[in-house]
Order: sequence, then C-alpha cells, then structure tokens
Amino acid sequence: MKVKMLSRNPDSYVRETKLDLQRVPRNYDPTLHPFEVPREYVRALNATKLERVFAKPFLASLDGHRDGVSCLAKHPKSLATVLSGACDGEVRIWNLTKRKCIRMIQAHEGFVRGICTHFCGTSFFTVGDDKTVKQWKMDGPSYGEEEEPLHTILGKTVYTGIDHHWKEAVFATCGQQVDIWDEQRTSPICSMTWGFDSISSVKFNPIETFLLGSCASDRNIVLYDMRQATPLKKVILDMRTNTICWNPMEAFIFTAANEDYNLYTFDMRALDTPVMIHMDHVSAVLDVDYSPTGKDFVSASFDKSIRIFPVDKSRSREVYHTKRMQHVICVKWTSDSKYIMCGSDEMNIRLWKANASEKLGVLTSREKAATDYNQRLKEKFQHHPHIKRISRHRHLPKSIYSQIQEQRIMKEARRRKELNRIKHSKPGSVQRVSEKKKRVVAVVK
Amino acid sequence: MSSSRAAESLLALNQQEELEDLPREYPLSTSEDEGDSDGERKHQKLLEAISSLDGKNRRKLAERSEASLKVSEFSVSSEGSGEKLVLSDLLEPVKTSSSLAAVKKQLNRVKSKKTVELPLHREEIERARTPLEQEIFNLLHKNKQPVTDPLLTPMEKASLKAMSLEEVKMRRAELQRARALQSYYEARARREKKIKSKKYHKLLKKGKAKQALKEFEKLRKVNPAAALEELEKLEKARMMERMSLKHQNSGKWAKSKAVMAKYDLEARQAMQEQLARNKELMQKIQVASESAEEEGGAEEEGEPFVPDVVNEVQVKADRPNPWMFRNHSGDTKEAEVQGDPEELAEPAAQEAPESEEEGPVVAEEILLKEFEERRSLRQKSGLNQIAKPVGSQEAKDLSSQEVLSELRALSQKLNRESHQSRKQELSSTRTVLAVQREEPAGEEEEPLLLQRPERARTLDELEELGKEGCFQNKELPRVAVEGQQLERNPSNHLGVPKEKKRKEQMIDLQNLLTTKSPSMKSLAVPTTVEELEDEERDQRQMIKEAFAGDDVIRDFLKEKREAVEASKPKDVDLTLPGWGEWGGVGLKPSAKKRRRFLVKAPEGPPRKDKNLPNVILNEKRNIHAVAHQVRMLPYPFTHHQQFERTIQTPIGSTWNTQRSFQKLTMPKVVTKPGHIIKPIKAEDVGYRSSSRSDLSVVQRNPKRLSIRHKKQLKKISVD
Repeated sequence: MKVKMLSRNPDSYVRETKLDLQRVPRNYDPTLHPFEVPREYVRALNATKLERVFAKPFLASLDGHRDGVSCLAKHPKSLATVLSGACDGEVRIWNLTKRKCIRMIQAHEGFVRGICTHFCGTSFFTVGDDKTVKQWKMDGPSYGEEEEPLHTILGKTVYTGIDHHWKEAVFATCGQQVDIWDEQRTSPICSMTWGFDSISSVKFNPIETFLLGSCASDRNIVLYDMRQATPLKKVILDMRTNTICWNPMEAFIFTAANEDYNLYTFDMRALDTPVMIHMDHVSAVLDVDYSPTGKDFVSASFDKSIRIFPVDKSRSREVYHTKRMQHVICVKWTSDSKYIMCGSDEMNIRLWKANASEKLGVLTSREKAATDYNQRLKEKFQHHPHIKRISRHRHLPKSIYSQIQEQRIMKEARRRKELNRIKHSKPGSVQRVSEKKKRVVAVVK
Repeated sequence: MSSSRAAESLLALNQQEELEDLPREYPLSTSEDEGDSDGERKHQKLLEAISSLDGKNRRKLAERSEASLKVSEFSVSSEGSGEKLVLSDLLEPVKTSSSLAAVKKQLNRVKSKKTVELPLHREEIERARTPLEQEIFNLLHKNKQPVTDPLLTPMEKASLKAMSLEEVKMRRAELQRARALQSYYEARARREKKIKSKKYHKLLKKGKAKQALKEFEKLRKVNPAAALEELEKLEKARMMERMSLKHQNSGKWAKSKAVMAKYDLEARQAMQEQLARNKELMQKIQVASESAEEEGGAEEEGEPFVPDVVNEVQVKADRPNPWMFRNHSGDTKEAEVQGDPEELAEPAAQEAPESEEEGPVVAEEILLKEFEERRSLRQKSGLNQIAKPVGSQEAKDLSSQEVLSELRALSQKLNRESHQSRKQELSSTRTVLAVQREEPAGEEEEPLLLQRPERARTLDELEELGKEGCFQNKELPRVAVEGQQLERNPSNHLGVPKEKKRKEQMIDLQNLLTTKSPSMKSLAVPTTVEELEDEERDQRQMIKEAFAGDDVIRDFLKEKREAVEASKPKDVDLTLPGWGEWGGVGLKPSAKKRRRFLVKAPEGPPRKDKNLPNVILNEKRNIHAVAHQVRMLPYPFTHHQQFERTIQTPIGSTWNTQRSFQKLTMPKVVTKPGHIIKPIKAEDVGYRSSSRSDLSVVQRNPKRLSIRHKKQLKKISVD
C-alpha cells in the first residue's frame, strides 16, 4: 500500500545551535504580499511622524561660567571631556557624562580668545586678550600645587585665535598675523601676513596637516602652507568671515561662517566659486564645526540658534533653539559625531543630540534594524509631499520666523530688481551672475 | 336490491311512527287507571291516528272534550308525555278490534324482529367487483393480513407506542407555536396596560364584558356545572356591589362629574351610565329557576357528546405512552371544543349583528383560529368518528386508528361532505341509535369487532375515492346504513369463525407497515410542511424587511447614471430676461432669444465605462490622492520612470530576504557609539598600503566629487 505523507528536510527548519535564530520559512511570492508601495509609504509616513514625535534634541545645559562662553575645545582622546573659555578669562573643563565642571582655571585677564588641545590630549593652549599664549596641563594640579600654566608666551599683539597641529608639536596663532609656533620655543617659527588686518581665526587642515586656513576681517580667507614662507592664496568674499572649519573627511573642503548670514563651502583648489552656499540663518554666523563623519556641519549664529547643514545641501536639516539661549558664540561637534555643544552669550554650554530623534543608549539588533529601515524609508519617500511637509516642519521663535519672512521678501525684491535691470537694459550689456559667483569678490594667489 | 330498499322505507316509516306520532297521540301509560270510558276514548283516538298514517290528514286537530293538564297547540296531550312507550301497550287495544288485521300484522312483525334487516349481505360487500379490487384482495389474502380481531400484532402495538418522529415534530412545533403565542399575548397585555386613554379602557371593558357573556352562554350549553359556578361568582360580585355602594355617585369622581354635569353632556352621560350600572347591580335576580331550565336544555344539547367522554376514558386506558396519550387527550378535548361551534352555528348566526357591533376581530384571534383550524383539520377524522355514533365506538381503539391512516385520509374527505349534510346524517344516525336502544347493551363491550369491517371498507373505498375523486351526497344514507351493518357484524363474525381465521392469515405485518408509512406522511406532512413553509416565508419576509432600504444594484445603477450626468458638459444659457423686450413676473424671454443665447456644450469624448456595466470610471483627478503624490520629478532623477522604479522597489523584509533587507537598509555612515572618529588619513583611502587602525567609521561609498568640481579640478590642473 502506498502511504502519502509529508516529508521535510530538517535542515530547513532545525537550527544548528540554540543560540541561532529560529528558522522561519518564508514565502516571497509577490502575489502573497501585495501593495508593497502603499504599505511602505504608510510605514514611511509613520516613521516620519514618529521622528517628529521623538525629536527632543536638548540634553543638558552646563552652567557655571560667569560670563559668555567665547570658545570651546574638544579633548582629542576623551569624549567626555570638554574645555571652554569664557569672556572673563576663565577656562573650565567639563565632564559630559557627569555634566559637571571638573576644573576651573582663571587663565587670562579679559577674554579667552581661543583654546585648543594638544593632539595627544595631555595639555591645552589658551590665548587671551592679555596678549599671552598659555599652555596648561590637562590634568589638574596635584595636591598642594599651584594652578599654573606649563608655559606662558608673551606676545606683542593680541592673539585672537589658536589652533594646534594634528600631528606635530606645532601650533598657530592669529592676530595681526598668523604665527606658527614650536611648542618648545617662545618665538614663532614663522609669521605670515597678507595685508594689514586682524585675523579672527586660524585652522589647521586635519588631513593635509601642513595646510592652514585663516579668515581676516578684511573679508578674505587666506590659505597657507606651513612649509612655505608665504601664504598660498586668498579669496575675498562679500562680507567678513568669522571662522572656517576644514572637513575632516575631505582634505580640500572647508566651510566659512560668514557675516552675511551664510556659510560657504569651498574647495580650496577652486576658490572662485563656493561649492555650496548654506543659507538659513537670519543673522551673522559666528562659528562652524564639522561632524567627524564629514557629512554635516553645525553652525552657531547670532540669531540665537544653531543649525545643522548637510555638506551638500544649501538648507539646514535642523535648527536648535531654546528660549533662554542667546547669541551662540561657539559650537562644537563631539568626536563620536553624536552630540553637539554650543556656548552662548548667556554663560551656558548646551549639549544637544546631533540627530534629534535618535534613541540614546544601546540598541538591540531589532531596534537597530527597525531604525535603519525607517531611515531608509524616509529617504525613499522623502519627495512625497506629506512626508516632506512633516519632516520639514519645525517650530521657530517668532523673531527668527519673522526675519526669515522678511529676508525672503528682500531676496525676492533683489532678484526681481536684477531681472528688471536685465529686462530694461540693452541685451547682453547686463549679464546675469549666479548667486555663488556673486559672493566671491576675488581670488588672489 | 329493490327488496332491501322497500324494507328500508318501511323501517323509516315505522320509526317515524314510534318517535313522533306515538308519544303525542297515544298517551298510554301504565300509570293510567281510569275507567272503561277512558279506554273507549283511547281506542277511538288510536283508530284515528292509524288512519292518518297514510299521511294525508295527519295534522287533523283532535277535539278537546275534557280538561287536561297540559294543553298542546295542536291537540290535547296526555299527562304522561315524558314517559316511555311500551309496545305491548300499543298492541293491547289492537287485539280487541278485528278490523285492524293488517296493522296488527305489521306491528307483530316489528315486534318479532330484533333488528332491522340489512340492506346488503356481507358477502355482497366483501365481494371484489373490479379487477383492481380483486387484485388487492388477493394481495391481502396472500399476505395473511389479520382481518379479524387482533388487528395489530403485539409487535406492531409496541412499535406504535414508541413515539414516531413525525409526531414528536408535530408536537414540538405545536408547543413552539403555543409558546410564541403566549409570549405575544403577554407582550400585548403589557402594551395595553400602558395605554392611558380612558376611553380605550372603557371600550375594552365593555368588549370584555360582552365576550364574557358570550362565553358564559357557551359554557351554559356545554358545561352547566361550570356555568353555575360562574353564575355564583357573578352573584357574589353583585352582592359585594350591593354592600359597597360603589356606583352610587358618591365617589370623588362622581362628585366632580356632578359639578360638570350641568354644562357637559359627556359628564352627564357618564353619570347616567354609572347610575344605570348601579341599578343593574343592585337588582335582585331570581337566578335559580332560570338556571334550572337552562340546565335542562344544556343536558339535551350535551347529549351527543356523552360518548366522547366515554371515548376519552377508554383512550386513557388503552394507551400508556404519555406522548400519544397527551396528544390524543388533547385531541379529544379539542374535538369537544370543535364540536361547539358546529352545534352553536345557528345561535352564532343570530348573534352576528351583535358581533359586528363589537368591532373587528383582533388579528391574533384570527391567528388563533387559524391555528385551531389547522389542528382540527388534522384531527377531523377522529372528530368525524366521534360525531358519528358508530365512530364513537370505533374510537375505543384509537391507537390502531392512528395507524390505519388510510382510513383517516378517507374520513377526512368524507368529513368535508358530511359537514355539509351534517343535519341529515345526524338525524339518520339518531334513528339508528333509537332502534338500537331496544337491543341489549352487550354490543358495546366488543369494540374490536367493529374495527375490522370498517377497515375493510376503507380499503375498498380508498380505491373508489381514487377513481371518483369525491364522495357524493347521495351516498350518505348508505353510510348510515353501513354503520348499522357494522354494528350488526359481530354476530355475523361469531357465526363464521373459520372465514375469519383465513382472513387473519391474509394480512401481513410487513404489508401493513409499508402501507402505514406513506399514509402517516399524508397526515403529518401537510401540517409540518405548512409550518416549514411558513417559517421559510417568515424568514424571507424578515430579510426583505431588514434590507428593505438597500437595493444595492439599483443604487449602483443610480449612482452611475448620476456620475454620467455629472460628467456631461452643460449647456450655458446666456439669455438676459428683459433685455430688448419687456420683462417682469410671468414674462419669459422669447423662444427665439433663448435659442439664440443658449450655448450648446460640445459633446465630450465617450466615457470609458460606457461598455462596462459594473464599473464607474472616474476620469477626474482624485484630489485626495494628489496630496500623497509627487508633483515634480525630484532632483537627481532625469526621467519619471527612474523615480517610479525606485519607488516601486520594496525594501522591507516582507518582500526581501533577510540578507538583502540588511543590505538595502544599511545606512551610508555607521558610527560606533563611544568611539572617537579621527579625521581621514591618506592611508585610509589607499594611497599608502597600511591598514587603517581606526575603524569607527565605515564609509560605504567613498565620497565622490561632483562632476562640476572634477571639471574645475581639470581646469586647474591644465592651468
């Protein structure tokens, strides 16, 4: 007699160890899973909504400074350690995990203009209004010791900024000129000047470590090669650049925070047009810092908000503000790319999440998969109007909002005027200049 | 045949004499002991009576020569009118007179004969005439059907006692129906109780009183004892009323009415009514005498039902099966009830105008009547037998009757006819009864004997019915005669035991049962099927009512028509009334103008759903969907197909394998929490062959420069 029975291969349903996941037979026949697009669309919509629901970026406020925070510095080795200098010459070292100040130094008289850490994380340098450059030990003084800087360099002029080389014991200061110092020496190795104006900031390129960028108050951004005695080239913009920041993942790219409310991303090889103009701020941009991944940067503005821009987008993807946050003077993206710190006029350092709706802490693999999937869905359906609208929606302070409206009108008026001019003049006599080109006055080599 | 007819007519004549004439005309009694003169007078009267037997001058009034106790309209009647007539009394004076030899002879013959002669012989009845009948007889003989006494074998009886499915079903259906009715009545009563209208309640009360009166009348006829009880109750109520002085216009209501009575006609009427009621209740009534009379009447009328009671008792004795018993006791009771309307047909007819006055019969009463009718229809055969005196004796073995439902089917038909000529039949049967009354009452003890010929007859007549279709009125006397014959049968049977035995063998059990089953159906099915059909119809009706509002198909068609209408381009009427001519109320712009300024809309393209009857295609853009659709081709895409393809490729794990799902959803940049991400180094992008120490950043696509930048870079390098 023939007996019919079901037989299955145990390999298809028996797991090898009990730590393995249960094998679940799946049928991928598309007819069994219809409406994939609508279903995914709904999921994307839900994910977008949830993103907005969970968007709570503000984490902590570090208070303790007795004046406005003028500069911030990250520790190169420790994620939890942050250094900040205030306008009253005080430097504080903070522990982010405890959210407490762990050390407090009265470093300078007057402003602490700049602060930077040694690449090995053992010491840090500060410059102040008192024309000194001071090197401090990262660790606090041992019992009975005086709180004293390791070295103090007395300069002839006021130093407005300082940055340390990423690999060598060299640092650069700026003021009247850009000085490059050896740590062991009390006089600069070389001083470079191009014109006669105060230089507000100087930054070492983190990849091509001999390159420097500086921005001066005569509206130009000057690039230097440490190995040369003269500056490389400079680009003159419409308005003064407050600070620049190099992209840590792309050697030639830097972003300049400009007084004209915009940020300009330049390729140092082609300075005549910026790669991207980042517009959204409604007031002067005071500081900018790249995310260590090199995909985004954060900018601090006088309009009491910080914004996060993708490198390749002209518009910000995020704006952070609180009621109490005043003009934001300095901003830093932490080295693990998860958090943003900003120091503002009203003496507080604020800690933000870089991704507003990100869940902190350890994620299970399923959670991770779900967030990844949601992220991917949002990306896929980002052009759909509902999703776009929801994901773009932000609440803004009234002042910023009204200013945005105002500036939009102004911009439109300008555009219209330009068009009219073209229309009412002899054809060809007035050329239309692109927005990017317009911002660059000149490139000097 | 002719001889038998003659005998019949003679018999009828005799009976007439005995029943009607003799008691009135010949007040002879044993109690009478007057003188010879009296005897002579009597003799004279008798002579006269007999001479009037031929029927010509029967109604001649007798001379009244002396005072009599009871004076009849027609003649002087003797005091012993209620007494029994004895034949010997009748014969005595005849002996003295020699001229009445013929009459004497006749009377002698009457006396000598125990019963009337049969119109037909048994052999003649039983002889099969048609070929079909012969065949059936042969069959019966072969199968040894027990033709005589034990009509059913013990086994059959046992099987009969076991309740049959149909019966149970029937019974259950009845019970269900009764329960439903009960609940319905309860609900109705509750509803009625809630009604606040006084007028309504007054009318209701009146109606009830009338109904009660009617009922009482009925009861008086049917059950005098119960009627008496009822009467006593009424009397008690009256007494209470007399004691309580309730309706004497002394209550609150009455006083208020009295105030109003001057002005309000209605109030006055109400007061008068109450007074009348009071009077009525206060009246002293001589009930006893009336009720006595009525009792007598009731007895007279109730006479034909006496055998029913006997039957019932016997039924109870015969059937231990409670189901069957209950069923049948119910039947018999019903039969009694059923008997009433037939008996009371004439009074009801007289009361008809009154009943009309009462208003329309309520729906549930009709329902109830229907129900009763249906039940009665089912039991008519039994009823029929009960009504017939012959059948009453038959009914003693009701169980066997149930089984032999061929008989029922027959009698059911018979019944219809018999109802029409009920009177006739009754009278005829009565005559039979009267004749039999003289015989010793021994026959009643042998019911089984009565069964057999009845069955045989029905078997025969079933065939006849099949051929003829219906029973003729003409045959009714024959039925009665047959009844007579049946009663006589026992003696015949005893006379021929041998024949009986042979016939017993002829009837087979198997055959009997096989014939039984379809006949049972014929009885049971009509009712049950009817009920089933009723239920089905009810169900359908209910569904129809429940979904009365939504006719889906029509709705859809209507919707489509509306859609088509809406999509049609509309004509534009640009006429200005009053422009170039007089305008105003009631003035219309001229037809010419209207024609001129009517802008006809161009015929639109044919609808796409023109040839699709079940579809409405809306060719308009769905504004609700628009909110979810991408209006412009987003930036990186150059063709909408590219975009659509990316959208249509699912990335979820529902549509992809785990591996590909992971690949698809992998973010572009993965960072490990708590790791410092150092700036990129030349070695990391493969300029120098040294593996990267820090793997905190995994970059899937090393950043490409945009095309424009590449161009720029080229330019620079050229420079």
